[in-house]
Amino acid sequence: MPALFRRVAEKDRKTIRLFVDGHEIEALEGDTLLVALLTRTRQLRHNEFDNAPRAGFCLMGACQDCWVWTEDGTQLRACSTPAQPGMRITTTEVPWLTNL
Amino acid sequence: MTTYPTNRMQADVIIVGGGFMGAATAFFLRRQGLSVILLERDLVGQAASGVNFGNVRRQSRYLGQLPLANRSRDIWLNLPRLIGEDAEFVMSGHILVTTSEKDGARLEKYAVDCKPYGLDLTIMTGDQARAKFPMVGPDIRTVSYSPLDGHANPRLAAPAFGRAARRAGARVIENTEVCAITKTSEDFIVETRNGQSFQAPLLQISSGAWGRAMAASFGEDIPFAANGPQMGVTEPLPYRIGPVIGSASSVLEEGVYLRQVKRGNIVYGGGRRSVADLVAKRSPIDPLNTMRQMPYLARLVPQIARLRVIRTWSGVEGYVGDNLPIMGPSSKVPGLFFAFGFCGHGFQLGPGVGMTMAELIATGRTDIPLEPFHIKRFQ
Amino acid sequence: MADEPVIVIGAGPAGTRAAQRLVQAGLRPVVIDENDRQGGQIYRRQPENFHRTPEKLYGTEAAKATALHTDFDLLRPRIDYRPGTTVWGVSDEGLMTVCGQDVTIVPFSRVIIASGATDRIMPVPGWTTPGAYSLGAAQIALKAQACAIGQKPVFMGTGPLLYLVAWQYLQAGARPAAVLDTSALSTRMKGLLRMASRARVVANGVRYMADLARAGVRLHAGITPRAIEASNNQVSGVTWCDSRGRLRQVSCDAVGMGYGLRSETQLADLLKCEFIFDPCFTQWRPHVDRNGRTSRPDVYLAGDGVLLRGADAAEAAGQLAACAVLRDGGHSVEDTEFTQLHETLAIMNHFGRGLAEAFPWPAHLAGALPDETVVCRCENITAGEIRRAAGELDAPEMNRAKALTRPGMGRCQGRMCGLAAAEILAAARNVPVREVGRLRTAAPVKPLPLNCTVKS
Ligand SMILES: Cc1cc2nc3c(=O)[nH]c(=O)nc-3n(C[C@H](O)[C@H](O)[C@H](O)COP(=O)(O)OP(=O)(O)OC[C@H]3O[C@@H](n4cnc5c(N)ncnc54)[C@H](O)[C@@H]3O)c2cc1C
Ligand SMILES: Cc1cc2nc3c(=O)[nH]c(=O)nc-3n(C[C@H](O)[C@H](O)[C@H](O)COP(=O)(O)OP(=O)(O)OC[C@H]3O[C@@H](n4cnc5c(N)ncnc54)[C@H](O)[C@@H]3O)c2cc1C
Ligand code: FES
Repeated sequence: MPALFRRVAEKDRKTIRLFVDGHEIEALEGDTLLVALLTRTRQLRHNEFDNAPRAGFCLMGACQDCWVWTEDGTQLRACSTPAQPGMRITTTEVPWLTNL
Repeated sequence: MTTYPTNRMQADVIIVGGGFMGAATAFFLRRQGLSVILLERDLVGQAASGVNFGNVRRQSRYLGQLPLANRSRDIWLNLPRLIGEDAEFVMSGHILVTTSEKDGARLEKYAVDCKPYGLDLTIMTGDQARAKFPMVGPDIRTVSYSPLDGHANPRLAAPAFGRAARRAGARVIENTEVCAITKTSEDFIVETRNGQSFQAPLLQISSGAWGRAMAASFGEDIPFAANGPQMGVTEPLPYRIGPVIGSASSVLEEGVYLRQVKRGNIVYGGGRRSVADLVAKRSPIDPLNTMRQMPYLARLVPQIARLRVIRTWSGVEGYVGDNLPIMGPSSKVPGLFFAFGFCGHGFQLGPGVGMTMAELIATGRTDIPLEPFHIKRFQ
Repeated sequence: MADEPVIVIGAGPAGTRAAQRLVQAGLRPVVIDENDRQGGQIYRRQPENFHRTPEKLYGTEAAKATALHTDFDLLRPRIDYRPGTTVWGVSDEGLMTVCGQDVTIVPFSRVIIASGATDRIMPVPGWTTPGAYSLGAAQIALKAQACAIGQKPVFMGTGPLLYLVAWQYLQAGARPAAVLDTSALSTRMKGLLRMASRARVVANGVRYMADLARAGVRLHAGITPRAIEASNNQVSGVTWCDSRGRLRQVSCDAVGMGYGLRSETQLADLLKCEFIFDPCFTQWRPHVDRNGRTSRPDVYLAGDGVLLRGADAAEAAGQLAACAVLRDGGHSVEDTEFTQLHETLAIMNHFGRGLAEAFPWPAHLAGALPDETVVCRCENITAGEIRRAAGELDAPEMNRAKALTRPGMGRCQGRMCGLAAAEILAAARNVPVREVGRLRTAAPVKPLPLNCTVKS
């Protein structure tokens, strides 16, 4: 899948691995979750009302359009959360009361 | 319509205060064929009526109020036909839940007592409730289920009645604060802060928490407090919670409630209230209350704990000493009527109050028992 | 709460200089900032394992950035610094802060709010497509993460930041496809007269434009945005009308858009500071005297969070607000310190107003947005819905419109859409924008987890 963001410098950092929608991806230490994802994919979430893909907007914690979910249901604001090795992120279905 | 000699704006009825009660009364008065002037200080439905929790609930009400609440519920179901929109009313069901045996016993007794009033409740054990409503938490023991109650959008309902009243010919005048009401031998003269003057033989005070001072000016004071229930709303999520869920706990702090709107947000409220400022027209929302509500909300629906609150607010509501509204004719002044002080449960009643007050004002009588709400109970 | 500490909210240029001045007077302020690292917006720091030099990161402002960072690091042992902590509300007992799941109530004797600004946004059809970002976002990606938002971005909007960011992208090897400015050249010339007082700043701007032009980047002035185009759910181009009204198109894979800034004023609102409409910046803001005092005796404001005058002014205003706090608290502060700061700020004021004139907020675009354009990106509320509130539902002001059709009801509390929504409402009702008021703030000013607890 083509990525949205492109790295232009600081490429010689340690790599870390995390999971997005079940697929393992590689990111660099010091990446925000948003950058870790968008250097590999093209979206972070879907709008609740028209289901269209969204990929953040402000990168400074203001627009709140970059919330992603971990597989166990914790929400993270991707632009202000550092990516950690082993994180398991979902961008598609919100796992909320799915047992119903 | 009668005609009058002076140049004051005149009508059969003046309504002071355009909350849900005033707007609905104006609408139904037009259907009774009376001319109406509705005077609203700000915008119709902007005060308590526009910021409340949105519960359209009958269960746990004072039994003597059930005939009024039943009438109201029938109108809620009929809103699209009546006013052209549904105000997002959904008959989602309403459940009251308890965690203590004592509160459970109270629910069981109420379910028996309300039957003769036509309110059918199903009492469930915690496990039965969880089988039907799996979002309910493990601490819940006894549940009272009212399938025919629900919730609606308070931001839409009263303004919609205001517009419908206007379409039906009521003169709805906003941004107009009443500053004096006097009674001549025949008529009420109403003066407003922006220098206008109105006249009518009949007058309803439905100015919410500000109604007490107006009643007192006619020598009919009552025990009263203006408070602010504490509300909040989460971010939107897939729509999974059908019924309104409320705690029936007798412990004030535990008494929280929540509902999910179809768009996905969960609206909640309850617990301690703040003290309203009637001059500033505001009730503070205390963030410490927001914090106190959190664990009790999670007790109702544990998965709510992983969500986020995106907004909190409060509103100014009038509470009468015995927790029942002031509704009906004045005990002192002929032609004067009251409908205010709905003690945190007036949203459900709004349409019913409007219809009943219009009936009472236009015909002098109504089949709905209003005796318990008569202002004379405090004299 | 006279015994309680002075709190500084925000550790950007304004907050840092405020804290520093308080420390000089022997106080130990509490400094709260949402970011994990100090620096604020313009002097935002990169993560610790990054290696670019300050010159690379901050260009002409490298020396100021370094000074601000070093000075703050020296302050660390003498302040109570709380990074990664958001102030989300105000109770009778103090400010409500949250860090992770821990809520703390922080009592204060006085508080200086230096909360900065965010981009001011004018929606355009397609602006919610992945690849469309705020101008600030484009810069943050580069500065803090060494990333470009695309291979060949378009920068669209107006203001000096437009050219700065485009130039920074050029330097970083991501050549912009075009720079589209809604301000006409002739307007810019008028504003220039006022800006002459800060020749160096103007010279920088001219240099950015020249470098861009030399590199073959097309700079268009006086444009009217039409749409951000998408293919496969990603930005693929921008259409606009040029100054002669011809429809134009440029292919690109990302857009950075911004029309100047808007102040973060929520906390002042929760603290019940009085607001006024500022006709120069065409937005509501808290009223302050020239030292940053608000209508509330214990609340002070500094920096871009109240007056949009840029980083240098923020530093001076931060120091000035601290002086006011000190003097009001009974400490002695020389008159000359006040006078000097006033003089510095007078130049900045003049300059700030010149900028606002040179790069005006294109309010008229709001009224012309097609009905189906999403305006509130949180709640997906369109321009048409706002017009329905204005017309059929008769909402005379923003809070009523919000109550009826939800613009500004979402997670961001109207930060992105609020100003444009107000313009749409005003245009639909044919009244000046100040008459439709401003969205009231509600706590929490940022989403607050429901599993947090109060730590005492
Ligand atoms: C936060 C909150 C949550 C609530 N939750 C629920 C719930 O879930 N379910 C439920 O059934 N009820 C609920 N309630 C109660 C319900 O909202 C009220 O009982 C109901 O809306 C009262 O309607 P009203 O028309 O009497 O008062 P209001 O809506 O307060 O209207 C009174 C009107 O009179 C106007 N007015 C006042 N003075 C003057 C004057 N001098 N001149 C002209 N106009 C004047 C005001 O501007 C106002 O518009 C809640 C209330 C609040 C505040
Ligand atoms: C993306 C962007 C790029 C900019 N680039 C430039 C530039 O290149 N040149 C220029 O002159 N100007 C630039 N500006 C303008 C810039 O805002 C100012 O020049 C300068 O940063 C203002 O300093 P300040 O201290 O007022 O605010 P800021 O530097 O913005 O600092 C405010 C701080 O307050 C914190 N904060 C805000 N609200 C809260 C809260 N509720 N709780 C806790 N902390 C909070 C923020 O996290 C932030 O760190 C830019 C602005 C933006 C938005
Ligand atoms: S991108 Fe705006 S909050 Fe993260």
